[in-house]
Amino acid sequence: MNTLVDVVSAEIPVGVPLSERGPAPKRIVAAFGFWLFLLSDIIIFAGLFAAYAVLCGATDGGPSAVELFDKRHVLIETGCLLASSFTCGMMMIAADRRETVLTYSWALVTAGLGIAFLSLEFSEFAHMVHQGAGPTRSAFLSSFFTLVGTHGAHVTAGIAWLAIMMAQVGTLGFRPMVIRRMLCFSLFWHALYIVWIGVFTVVYLGAHA
Amino acid sequence: MNAHSEVAEAERAPGSHQSGRERLRSYTLGLALAVLLTAASFAASSSSYVWTPSIPILLAVLAIAQMGVHLVFFLHISSSPDSTNNILSLAFGIFVVGLVIFGSMIIVSNLNHNMQPMDQLMDMHRQR
Repeated sequence: MNTLVDVVSAEIPVGVPLSERGPAPKRIVAAFGFWLFLLSDIIIFAGLFAAYAVLCGATDGGPSAVELFDKRHVLIETGCLLASSFTCGMMMIAADRRETVLTYSWALVTAGLGIAFLSLEFSEFAHMVHQGAGPTRSAFLSSFFTLVGTHGAHVTAGIAWLAIMMAQVGTLGFRPMVIRRMLCFSLFWHALYIVWIGVFTVVYLGAHA
Repeated sequence: MNAHSEVAEAERAPGSHQSGRERLRSYTLGLALAVLLTAASFAASSSSYVWTPSIPILLAVLAIAQMGVHLVFFLHISSSPDSTNNILSLAFGIFVVGLVIFGSMIIVSNLNHNMQPMDQLMDMHRQR
């Protein structure tokens, strides 16, 4: 078990200036690279937010945002995603301590809350399409389904990624490579909640304000 | 050895969480703040206690605050040297996001403003 301890994240030498410490540990470099991906992903969402902000009044005589959105539904969705962001952090603490059972349990809770979020979102979409407020009804609804649907697709990908990480913990164990991948997953999952803050503020609460 | 670890403790920038207990505290504090800000957002959006025209701005402020809370307490963006590059790229990302969103909104509202109303356009066609 001791051979699996992350060698590269060893103590930073004390008293050595930053410029003379040599290359940064791999954990920090990998997280920075993934951080750049996340920023580019958020710029994609910025484009979708801009489209929504521009088109949210273009209802073409169809249902408008105030008539369609149920705030209580969104509050539950937000609660699920926020709680799963927190349990993802708990999972990372457990993984850093190499506690297998605890890691699996928190991962299960995280994935469960993510699936609850997705099923709530899916039921909302199905209800809207059933009402005749599908993405083809107006420019407003096209931009709504694109923005919220892209976020939902990201959450789906995140849950698949989490399942793969748990399989890798099972087969490879907590080696540094697996921990780094889990670190990237947790960054991804927290970033999705940041995007969701924008979604519930602009789309759902903005409609009622 | 003891002196060294004390120096390391002092050198650590605020917000760079290392030990498990510190990280647990950071996540719990972040969750509490996020719950508070989310509840405030939902309450403010339908509140009759707030001057109505100010609600969109209040919502924007609450959302930006919550994004900040998430960045610091969940994504562990701090002022430590390890995340200098992350902060610089984040600043650039925020710049691009602002440019895309507000630029689009300004341009399209300007276009809408300059567009002639439909009935005037029809009148012009009839007169021809």
